[in-house]
Amino acid sequence: MNLFFHLGRYFILIKRVFSKPEKLSVYMRQIIHEIDNIGISSLPIIAIISFFMGGVITIQAAFGFTSPIIPLYALGFTTRESMLLEFSPTIVCLILAGKIGSNIASEIGSMRITEQIDALEIMGINSAGYLILPKIAAGILILPFLIAISMFLGIFGGYVMGIATGACSSYEFIFGIQAFFEPWKLWYSFSKVITFAFLITSISSYFGYYTHGGALEVGKSSTAAVVYSSILILIFNFILTQLFFT
Amino acid sequence: MIEIKNISKSFGENKVIDDVSFVFEQGKTNLIIGESGSGKTTIMKLMVGLHEIDSGEILYDGLNFPALGVKEKQEVRKKIGMLFQGGALFDSQTLEENIQFPLDMFTTMSKEEKLERVNFCLEKVQLTNKNKLYPGELSGGMKKRAALARAIANSPQYLFCDEPNSGLDPKTSIVIDNLIQSLTHEFNITTIVITHDMNSVVEIGQKILYIYKGKHWWTGNSQEILKTTNPELVDFVFASGFMKEVFNVVKNK
Ligand SMILES: Nc1ncnc2c1ncn2[C@@H]1O[C@H](COP(=O)(O)OP(=O)(O)OP(=O)(O)O)[C@@H](O)[C@H]1O
Ligand SMILES: [Mg+2]
Repeated sequence: MNLFFHLGRYFILIKRVFSKPEKLSVYMRQIIHEIDNIGISSLPIIAIISFFMGGVITIQAAFGFTSPIIPLYALGFTTRESMLLEFSPTIVCLILAGKIGSNIASEIGSMRITEQIDALEIMGINSAGYLILPKIAAGILILPFLIAISMFLGIFGGYVMGIATGACSSYEFIFGIQAFFEPWKLWYSFSKVITFAFLITSISSYFGYYTHGGALEVGKSSTAAVVYSSILILIFNFILTQLFFT
Repeated sequence: MIEIKNISKSFGENKVIDDVSFVFEQGKTNLIIGESGSGKTTIMKLMVGLHEIDSGEILYDGLNFPALGVKEKQEVRKKIGMLFQGGALFDSQTLEENIQFPLDMFTTMSKEEKLERVNFCLEKVQLTNKNKLYPGELSGGMKKRAALARAIANSPQYLFCDEPNSGLDPKTSIVIDNLIQSLTHEFNITTIVITHDMNSVVEIGQKILYIYKGKHWWTGNSQEILKTTNPELVDFVFASGFMKEVFNVVKNK
């Protein structure tokens, strides 16, 4: 019952979000602002996490691959596959769900409780469209770039750690990165990223938009935003993986 | 002119507005007065559609607002300026951007024209040169005034003000009252002002609706209110010793 209530209200909100914008130029300005707010500000944390995770994956793999049958370039291969398929698109998006999700929900939530959303409505503006559409658009536009950077830095981190710990040579690692590359896997990864970008921004906006009460409820909304975005990322990760791999 | 006919509203079990009717006239400052919690803000929010009425009609120059579709409602709302009780300025924008916002959205003005209009509005509420401040950097009274500037920016046809002078000193308060009144007369606006302030009531109360516990209790103007014998209204108006003295002066004239 509760689930259907939320689902119904979510889809009604999404329908309002995608109705015709009042003024394109104002929306464009908002999108640029949100790209900065959502995307650029997340870059440092993504860079740090990706670099170290890539490094750790390589070290762990080197530790595990003790059998002489496994060639050393498998290290580069393993790091690339883990980063490309799962770590960057899914785990980094989960981390972003925490950062971006709570940011969006608390921003929109506090606009709700201080009547700023009502003020927009009174001016004759579609508040859902004005507030949410730029966030969704910015998320879908910028997340693929962030994730591409994460992939690159992850593999680079693996390379650095691999060399530094003496697990393999530069030549072997780079050979591994290039080995058995299948381009469709990038389609898979970036389809995931775009789906997750939409989920994070729209779900967090939803919880922010329907905040009732005071500051306490804004906190609850942003928690709910993170929790539900994360759960839906996991569910859609599963669905998309099934679709692409079967 | 906005006419409300027999409007009622309950929040759950709590009947907040009970069968209120009134005509808010064009070119006049229409006041809604009443105790805290009597339902003044609720009436205003019902009128602009932020809450839905349970029953009754709200006619904007004959147009039944609650029955309109989303798009038609938006068209009416573009003619509304509203000052919220809490200000409701956009935190992430400077005063200039706040006031300019309705102009950005709905007009084809050039940058210079917009800036001119912004400065005009800021001057009217005595916030000249405060363009670049953020709402967080303003005092309570300044926020109120800035919000009023935003409400009048796009030359509304209907102006709603929820306690425009709460939090203001008596002198600024009078400036704001006079501003609202002169705009109303000059541009023939239908203005609705909620207030607690008896000073304002006497100054600008051309038509007054007194709400008591969600009910339409008394109507009249600023002259009549001082002569009222309605016991609840007498309690409200003459709650302070100062007003009692004013009353005696008026009576002995
Ligand atoms: N969104 C809401 N949900 C439930 N009850 C509400 C809501 N808004 C207002 N009320 C109730 O309606 C009653 C009238 O509130 P309202 O805000 O209209 O009072 P007011 O006359 O504007 O008071 P004040 O002068 O203090 O601003 C109060 O009892 C309040 O608890
Ligand atoms: Mg009120």
